[in-house]
Amino acid sequence: MKRAIATIAVGLAASLFAGAAFAQSTLNNVKQKGFLTCGSNPGLAGFGVPDAQGNWTGLDVDFCRAIAAAIFNDPTKVRFIPLSAKDRFTALQSGEIDVLARNSTWTMSRDTQLGLDFTGINYYDGQGFMVRKKLGVSSAKELNGATVCTQQGTTTELNLADFFRSNNMKYEVVAFATADETFKAYDAGRCDAFTTDASGLYAERLKAANPDEHIVLPEIISKEPLGPVVRHGDNQWADIVRWVHFAMLNAEELGVSKANVDQQLKSENPEIKRLLGTEGKFGEAIGVTNDWAVRIIKHVGNYGEVFERNVGAGSPLKIQRGQNALWTKGGLQYAPPIR
Amino acid sequence: MNVATDAVRFVRAEPVAAAPPPTLTRGPVAWIRENLFAGPVNTVLTLIALYIVIVTVPPVMKFFFIDAVWSGSNRDACRPEVLGRPVGACWAYVIDKINYFVYGSYPISERWRVNAFFVLLALGLGWLLWLDAPRRSLGAIYFFVVFPLLAYLLLSGSHFLGLEPVPTSLWGGILVTVIVSLVGIVFSLPFGVVLALGRRSRLPIIRFFSVVFIEFVRGVPLITVLFMANTMLPLFLPEGTTVDRLVRPLVGVALFASAYMAEVVRGGLQAIPKGQYEGAMSLGLNYWQMMCFIILPQALRIVIPGIVNTFIGLFKDTTLVAIVGIFDLIRTVEASRVDPNWAAPTINTTGYAFAGIFYFLCCWGMSRYSLAVERRLAAGQRR
Amino acid sequence: MPTEAGAQAPARGSLAYDPRVRAAVYQIVLVLLVTFLIYEAATNAIANLRAAKIASGFGFLEVTSGFDISQTLVPYSAAASTYGDAFLVGLLNTLLVAAIGIVLATVLGFIVGLARLSRNWVVAKLATVYVEVIRNLPLLLQLLFWYNAVLAPLPAPRESLRIYGVTLGAPGMFASLVVLVGLAAAYLLWRATERLARSPLERTLGKIAATIIGVLAGFVLLFRSGLLEATEGGIGFLNNRGLFLPKPLFGEGAWLVPAALAVGLVGAVAFRVWAKRRQEATGEQYPVGLVAFGLIAGLPALAWVATALVAGNPISFEIPQQQRFNLRGGLQVLPEFVALLVGLVTYTAGFIAEVVRAGILAVSRGQTEAAASLGLRPGQILRLVVVPQAMRVIIPPLTSQYLNLTKNSSLAVAIGYPDLVQVFMGTVLNQTGQAVEVVAITMAVYLTISLITSAFMNYYNSRMAIVER
Repeated sequence: MKRAIATIAVGLAASLFAGAAFAQSTLNNVKQKGFLTCGSNPGLAGFGVPDAQGNWTGLDVDFCRAIAAAIFNDPTKVRFIPLSAKDRFTALQSGEIDVLARNSTWTMSRDTQLGLDFTGINYYDGQGFMVRKKLGVSSAKELNGATVCTQQGTTTELNLADFFRSNNMKYEVVAFATADETFKAYDAGRCDAFTTDASGLYAERLKAANPDEHIVLPEIISKEPLGPVVRHGDNQWADIVRWVHFAMLNAEELGVSKANVDQQLKSENPEIKRLLGTEGKFGEAIGVTNDWAVRIIKHVGNYGEVFERNVGAGSPLKIQRGQNALWTKGGLQYAPPIR
Repeated sequence: MNVATDAVRFVRAEPVAAAPPPTLTRGPVAWIRENLFAGPVNTVLTLIALYIVIVTVPPVMKFFFIDAVWSGSNRDACRPEVLGRPVGACWAYVIDKINYFVYGSYPISERWRVNAFFVLLALGLGWLLWLDAPRRSLGAIYFFVVFPLLAYLLLSGSHFLGLEPVPTSLWGGILVTVIVSLVGIVFSLPFGVVLALGRRSRLPIIRFFSVVFIEFVRGVPLITVLFMANTMLPLFLPEGTTVDRLVRPLVGVALFASAYMAEVVRGGLQAIPKGQYEGAMSLGLNYWQMMCFIILPQALRIVIPGIVNTFIGLFKDTTLVAIVGIFDLIRTVEASRVDPNWAAPTINTTGYAFAGIFYFLCCWGMSRYSLAVERRLAAGQRR
Repeated sequence: MPTEAGAQAPARGSLAYDPRVRAAVYQIVLVLLVTFLIYEAATNAIANLRAAKIASGFGFLEVTSGFDISQTLVPYSAAASTYGDAFLVGLLNTLLVAAIGIVLATVLGFIVGLARLSRNWVVAKLATVYVEVIRNLPLLLQLLFWYNAVLAPLPAPRESLRIYGVTLGAPGMFASLVVLVGLAAAYLLWRATERLARSPLERTLGKIAATIIGVLAGFVLLFRSGLLEATEGGIGFLNNRGLFLPKPLFGEGAWLVPAALAVGLVGAVAFRVWAKRRQEATGEQYPVGLVAFGLIAGLPALAWVATALVAGNPISFEIPQQQRFNLRGGLQVLPEFVALLVGLVTYTAGFIAEVVRAGILAVSRGQTEAAASLGLRPGQILRLVVVPQAMRVIIPPLTSQYLNLTKNSSLAVAIGYPDLVQVFMGTVLNQTGQAVEVVAITMAVYLTISLITSAFMNYYNSRMAIVER
């Protein structure tokens, strides 16, 4: 009887497990499935957030859509898996998702010790603080004695301790398991300050009862380069993910946008021709079609468009380009040439 | 002492008028005096209790009904400074979010499937719970075998049936709460019975494993079991296999509920008199025949209240899956109360009140049902 | 335990029908299956961990933690403490909330349980409603309610609700005299009433008069003598950062107070033993409760007052002060702790009430009637006959409720109270990634607690089991 039950249990369990993902390359696997599985933030406005109907929007979401567009010529062939901060890397390691685009900070230990590879930086971020305006605080250095709300189990929690220690200030920390709980506690007055990545501060501020009552302090206390992550060892797949980002950056740099991509196909500019696949076989070299960049730009847009639409002037977040401007405009976003 | 007494003999001609009944031993006043003001201590207790009632009941009524807001489309409907009056429960918010609370993010065009699932569930529950229903054994097969398969196909969908697949990450709200509880209930009963039999087995190794499993699971909080299922289950499986994120806590809940169910069933097994075992054996029944036809039907009948209590506990415990990131009812309430569109002072309380009413009705209904069954069984015993 | 099928049946021909063989086969199959599953799980885990490059072993407990915790009972800092220290902090926080919760839940549970059995209709119904509502709502929902709906709307630190208190001063000569005379008069009047009163009415009136005189004298002692003075600014504060209370600071001679308390405790126990012996020998009864209270509460108070008179106040209080952001100093009780404690206590009390009710109902009516026919008063019946027998029924389920409370305290993770699960299974697990070790340690802690509890329960059951004659 025991054995019978065990057999049934194993059988039932097996029927619920997804098939092995390592048997073949990620690209073939994705093509075979017919859709991309993308690990996403469960709800961070501007980066990855589903609406009530389950439609996802955001910078990271659009990045996944761009990959899908490059592979399938269809940006809707993505299945988003909402992942908490602590589940995200195991989900990628186990093959549950093909790519993780969930505002994850690129650190050495994550890149080298977890069997993962970061393929680029699609958002330069840093940890900041938000406080209520009426406290009259204008600098993070004035937070001595404050109570700070933070999400547990993140680099944020560690940076916070370092910042206050190195500035010889006292503080009290209240840590919550999810971003929502953390912000709601801050909004209810449990804490004087709320800390997370600056982009997250702008996103969370939208959730405040009165967003205008809160300000983001100027200090950025850490480097948080956020980027997409893939499993270590599948270089072809890493190349695709890396160059999808670079293609979007190059498109912006060359002035190729969603609106003008069809005209640009006739462009004589050799750089544009290589980007759009009218010259060379760069797409086939990484395992997709030569018009891969055209597909990305047509369906999703270039980096600038995606940025403005999701987090920039065209969004409620209204984040300045800042470090995320192209290198030609004083920012840090710099893509190697397609050549 | 033969004194002739000419004392006047008196014989009453008519009966004495009936004495009035002792004052106030009957009637409402007497009842009040006896039950509420029997002595100084009693009086003080009554006054304290009445005080508590006066302090709590009117504000609660005021909150739920009198000051409540029933219609509106955003937070202005429930902000006292906009309305110019105190605001109680903001039911408009619940009405606005009700679809999210029931279905989560399940695609709108496919929600009829969830409704069909609820109908199938109601059918199964009705069949199983209505004690005079026809063919209840068929009902049990339907509920424990046919229904789970149907529900799985219906909800997750398959191209084969022409139903668009819906990933579990979109499921949410009451749908998920019901699924988690059902899985717990459907799995815990058979596994619990097996574990209970194992614990009472005369085979030492089987007994040992059963005891270890039961005591281990009962000794740790559910939340640690859920954490384990969430973080460690993927580790224990061969590289490359993944488990659906909804299935992981389901495994945890099923294991947890089985251990508790096993102890309840064991209580029933212990209560069966030895003669029943001996009688069954003397008929030449083997172990499984004896258990299935003689012992378990009696033992399970005895512990129906215990089983229902375990189900109530399980139903309440399903809320813990919210902590490991599953969008059950609690989690949808938590997520929707962050919505700035509905930022108003009483939103938190309203959301919790709604969830509270839902859980209370379900649990209270189950316990009433259990009491009714208990009485019915007791009536059978009396004869 | 009844024996099961076919234990002694002789083998019939085929080996497959030999129950002993079959038993052995079943068990071997089970052992093989379990071994196989464990082996599979272990090898998979090792392979997966290696692939994920996650370290293993318990070395991480020695690594500096780098994060801070809001409530620490032992010294802890992000810079100097290790993950092992974080574990200890979490464990102590769990034990703290469990210990306080158990005491309060027992008190509330007994009150509600007795109230449900009360002859008073209103009281009984009120208790029933409480039990029904509390038991039919999930604990997690109740915790979230307490934390987000009750505590969060409290005012900000600058608009704190104040708790006013009294401070100690030096008693004046005249006031002391008034107090002494008043107390003596009250005592004498009480005794005289008991001796001389001829009717219940006289007795009642006399006692009331004595009480009034005593209370007046006590009031003068407390406020007019200067021994206690009402504070001005408030000594405690309640706001959305928690409850701030004065923190006792122990000065010179402070040791006298705990010493007096110890003497009082020893004295009370000794008196009880002596009184019991006397009662057995002579039948005379002594007011044990009253004397014990006097010794335990009175001696320390006396020591306190004496020290205050001789050497100045031995115990002073640090009052929380308003700072730029928060209140500083004093004793801070986190709102997370309050919410968790209130939630756990009210929830568990609902279950304890049912345990108590069942225990008391389990004592048969004949016991009460027999006791009454012996001439015991209702209070004595409850204390000497019903409760001791009910306790036999109550204690085992009560212990498991205590265990449930301890296990339920792990829901702290939902409201941000740094208990074992939140600190260790939350933050430490995330920072180190060593899921297997962390989960194993956490489960081991809870298992240890429940094994100790069940060991105690077995011991208790064997002691309390009715000795059948």
